[in-house]
Amino acid sequence: MSDDYNLRGKVAVVGVGETTYYKHGQSTDPEFVLVLKAILAACEDAGISPKEIDGFCSYSNDRNDPPRLANALGIPELRYSNMQWTSGGGGAAAAVQNAAGAIVAGSANVVVAYRGLAQGQFGRFGRSGGSRPVSGPAAYTLPYGMMSAAQMYAMRTTRFMHEHGVGRSSMRAIAMACYHHAQNNPRAVMHGRTLDEETYDSSRWITEPYRLFDCCLENDGAAAIIVTRTDRAKDLAKAPALVLAAQQSGGHRSGATAENATDYVTSSFKPAVKYLYQQAGITADDIDVVQSYENFTGGVVMSLIEHGLCTYENADEVLTFDNLRADGGALPLNTSGGNLAECYMHGLGLQVEAVRQVRGESSNQVPDAKVALANAGPMVAVASTAIYGTEETLG
Amino acid sequence: MSRSTTEPHLPGLRQPAASNDGLDAPFWEGAQAHELRVQQCLDCGLHQWGPEWMCHQCNSMEIDWVTIDPVGQIYSWQRPHHPVHRALSDRGPYIIVLVELPHASNIRMVGNLLGDPMQDIEIGAPVSVVFEDREGDPDFTLVQWEASPAN
Ligand SMILES: [Zn+2]
Repeated sequence: MSDDYNLRGKVAVVGVGETTYYKHGQSTDPEFVLVLKAILAACEDAGISPKEIDGFCSYSNDRNDPPRLANALGIPELRYSNMQWTSGGGGAAAAVQNAAGAIVAGSANVVVAYRGLAQGQFGRFGRSGGSRPVSGPAAYTLPYGMMSAAQMYAMRTTRFMHEHGVGRSSMRAIAMACYHHAQNNPRAVMHGRTLDEETYDSSRWITEPYRLFDCCLENDGAAAIIVTRTDRAKDLAKAPALVLAAQQSGGHRSGATAENATDYVTSSFKPAVKYLYQQAGITADDIDVVQSYENFTGGVVMSLIEHGLCTYENADEVLTFDNLRADGGALPLNTSGGNLAECYMHGLGLQVEAVRQVRGESSNQVPDAKVALANAGPMVAVASTAIYGTEETLG
Repeated sequence: MSRSTTEPHLPGLRQPAASNDGLDAPFWEGAQAHELRVQQCLDCGLHQWGPEWMCHQCNSMEIDWVTIDPVGQIYSWQRPHHPVHRALSDRGPYIIVLVELPHASNIRMVGNLLGDPMQDIEIGAPVSVVFEDREGDPDFTLVQWEASPAN
């Protein structure tokens, strides 16, 4: 494979933005308005006119389609639209990847990756009702009381802990790190709400092995990321966060129904990682700060192992609260508070935070952070990861 | 190797129906006849669950439905406490098991583990099918599991 065929450094994130993050159902704006506001915020951050956007990328069947957005924004030329097929928020980094790919291919100049959620308007993920018959793959699980996201992934974590004998203390440390970081982040829904070991240990079971604090929030809001050519980025408002690599990741029959994925004990990142680090020209040791998608903490443990940031053997020794803190930890994790404590914007907030770390703008800034990794989706059929770096990381 | 019951384990949840393309109808018909039926490839012999239109191993589309021994081993499990559906609001904890069927190409099936909802659960433990016959529109049968002597 020729070295020319990769993204490394050719494309940069030049603007990030989000709306106020609300508890689920509490946004007074409709979802479409939230997305528009996030895009305007990202454009302002970039110092770029919204009229310059000519491409849109999203994921998880986002309801706010590009023609409608382009119409509302008065975009003169809509040159590129893309929807990433995956389950859960596994497409958050892939949306950035798809935007970057469109730019490298010359399909568009300024692409926005976005995601909006308003659950008051459209209903929640974590509870389902209904009495109509269910057919297809859901019929193999739902009549047995298996229908929520937590239930979809709990058994992977049970099996992971059984096979590897690690995870319980790591899961608690991950939850505590997220809440710790939210205390410095005024955007965080859990700003002002701390989490200690006792509170975690005494929290109720959602479904064993997940306690309440192992589970992501559900929120209303929107986030947006503006991507353009790196040479164009030099004229814009802020230092760019270069996209060093971005990769989607699905394994052999990872989308098999009724829990029949060939490799069950995985966060779904195993196929991607070799391409990811090869493309970025780095190793796991070069990562300064990590944003790892927490649908559930058990998936984060697997994700960090599969990205080479710790091992099956030492996970519980490496993944401690002290190590995961931005203030002095060796492996700073989810420095905005993440999906557990900042906001569940289907993981796009984690990509935004990785960009802020590379720019030196995080509310929990890791000193001298140059390379940030942000993944999306663990345990879903198709996950994704992006790596961002400062200009100097290109060498 | 199996038994049946008419006692509903989690009443009030949405009932299963065969998909409108007919793909999984033999499974649900088999359950009502108290037989565990899954797909098997006529060309390479691989068992498949959930059903697909093609054998994922050899890509043959010559696939048959076969009745297999209704036994397996617990591959993983979870114990939901939080009610995710209004029918579960007063139900309390229950157990979902993922059962591996070594005699059928190691396919896995999801069901409930019947018995004490707070029982100790051991990965690898042998389980056997309980066909749960339910009244509905139309009537249907769920494939449930319970601890069994080694099989
Ligand atoms: Zn075959």
